[in-house]
Amino acid sequence: MDVTVNILLTIATAATPLLIAAIGELVVERSGVLNLGVEGMMVMGAVGGFGAAYYTGSPWVGVLAAIVLGAVFSLLFAVMTLTFATNQVATGLSLTILGLGLSGMMGTSFVGLPGERLPNLDIPGLSSIPVVGRLLFGQDPIFYISIALTAAVMWFLFRTRSGLTLRSIGDSHKSAHALGIKVIRYRYLAVLFGGACAGLAGAHLSLVYTPQWVENMSAGRGWIALALVVFASWRPLRVLAGAYIFGAIWIGQLHVQAIDLNEFANAPWLVYRLMEIIKSFPSQLLSSLPYLATIVVLVLISRNKRLTMMNTPASLGQAFVPDR
Amino acid sequence: MKKLLIALMATTAALSMAVSAQAQEKLKACWVYVGPIGDFGYSYQHDQGRLAVEKEFGDKVETAYLENVAEGPDAERAFERLAREGCKIIFGTSFGFMDAELKVAKRFPDIKFEHATGYKMADNMGIYNARFYEGRYVIGQIAAKQSKTGVAGYIVSFPIPEVVMGINAFMLGAQSVNPDFKAKIVWVNSWFDPGKEADAAKALFDQGADIIVQHTDSTAPLQVAQERGLHGFGQASDMIKFAPKSQYTAIVDDWGPYYIERIGEVLASTWKPEDRWEGIKEGAVHMADYTNLPDDVVAMAKETAGKIAGGWNPFTGPITRQDGSEWLKDGEVADDKTLLGMNFYVKGVDDKLPQ
Repeated sequence: MDVTVNILLTIATAATPLLIAAIGELVVERSGVLNLGVEGMMVMGAVGGFGAAYYTGSPWVGVLAAIVLGAVFSLLFAVMTLTFATNQVATGLSLTILGLGLSGMMGTSFVGLPGERLPNLDIPGLSSIPVVGRLLFGQDPIFYISIALTAAVMWFLFRTRSGLTLRSIGDSHKSAHALGIKVIRYRYLAVLFGGACAGLAGAHLSLVYTPQWVENMSAGRGWIALALVVFASWRPLRVLAGAYIFGAIWIGQLHVQAIDLNEFANAPWLVYRLMEIIKSFPSQLLSSLPYLATIVVLVLISRNKRLTMMNTPASLGQAFVPDR
Repeated sequence: MKKLLIALMATTAALSMAVSAQAQEKLKACWVYVGPIGDFGYSYQHDQGRLAVEKEFGDKVETAYLENVAEGPDAERAFERLAREGCKIIFGTSFGFMDAELKVAKRFPDIKFEHATGYKMADNMGIYNARFYEGRYVIGQIAAKQSKTGVAGYIVSFPIPEVVMGINAFMLGAQSVNPDFKAKIVWVNSWFDPGKEADAAKALFDQGADIIVQHTDSTAPLQVAQERGLHGFGQASDMIKFAPKSQYTAIVDDWGPYYIERIGEVLASTWKPEDRWEGIKEGAVHMADYTNLPDDVVAMAKETAGKIAGGWNPFTGPITRQDGSEWLKDGEVADDKTLLGMNFYVKGVDDKLPQ
């Protein structure tokens, strides 16, 4: 039982940064802006979070700094694409490249320093309940934030007037503008929110996942988050599902690799055969399984064309220049 | 998705463009690294070697490097670029650069090339390597002595001879202490991804391993060991700062002396392509301080390291292959060629070698 709990905890840790970054990007894209700079903002959050935690000795200050730094960094993108109407794809890409380089430079003095881990939430009494205790009350604080964030974004997008406005801007910024909605202002806020989320995801990497700073430590997670948003057809719950499917299969394949078939000698024939077959896959295939499976599952849930069309922000990636 | 791919490619390309370039006339020596110099592992150690060169030769030599260069055909551009920028000797430091570096070496016959951990040579391309497996035999013995569950977790990157050799040496060392010792092997298909390596360590610990061994370059697995109150070994550099309570020792690469020697030869115009493979004896590999270990285990480890320094090869028969067939007869020593092309496991490894 302990092993199962441990596995579930590991999955949650692997899924959390993807979920947070993807939820942030989802809001950005719902407003009609495509920010390919997630990876860059994430890695900036990671270095900022680590640095602030190191200098102040408090991982919580690190988390705050990461959020602020992510948002400030995304402001650069917002000014370029929203005020000066530059190409969003190119600007987003440069944001990623800049972020990876700048964070490496900022972090030179942090390399080789052991970091402080953000302590797990530990509610006396509740956390020691067998099984559910650790799962529900014993995880790292950012895990809870990620779940709360998903719920909050769902509520905001689909249950509030501002959410409706934001979505309408994403669908047609011209019509929204004609109705007197402040398109640019909404988009600025959305981009800043996305940056803050990416920064928080970065803080999770450098303060929880692996408490240290190393260059390039986001290792492509920003891109996975971006892909999740698209394959989840811009629906928050699907993003959540996607992040966890990805995490589960990723952790699952590590376990399959480590399993000793002999330990399953007494298992039912079918289980044994299944294990044998999966174990015979080359590890390269196993490593790519999370990517494949996540795409397949999300494409399957999103196969209803009409619904997908409805959810796709129609003006995604287009620059908006108000005509008057 | 296509946009994403293009984006990814653009990022990697841009990443590899961080070069320092200075004035002419001095001998320019250049390095290509697979990871960031800040990985505090493999690439970091090579860069320490480069810094040792700068210190040794002062203003007679200038250096440059490209970091984060992806293995495979794409690496060709990196080597080509350094060659065109006036580098007189170029060190490619990862196995996966082999074919790309060889191609460029053929196009630039006047420039000297050196490739680490590979096996292809040319008139202007030498190869060099460190006998990491010697250290892996030592840590195998320590793991078997210290493990309570009799199971070690072993995180590996890619199924290349270097890595397979390491697994085999580790198992032989462990079996010399405990013949029933087991290692659970997990391939993460990456040299450097702290998150992935941490996940693999957690999975291995969850499955009963109590000691972690890695052939990947980040410090993350050791940090997981420390969190869980378990133990492990540092890879490529001394990682004691990250896991003061968990690191037993580390296999440390020391490339400086080799780089200094070879660049000295270029300056003296005596450089020839060579196949150099040095280990504990020559100081290219050394063990970090033994920590968190009882005295008798430290003594055993020191004795083994001493024996290896004295010329004994951990791959000395009798050794059986994984399938039960005989590889080395009693007293027979493996030749370097077989080791460098190693594509089979020894007996007792529970894993199917990905081909």
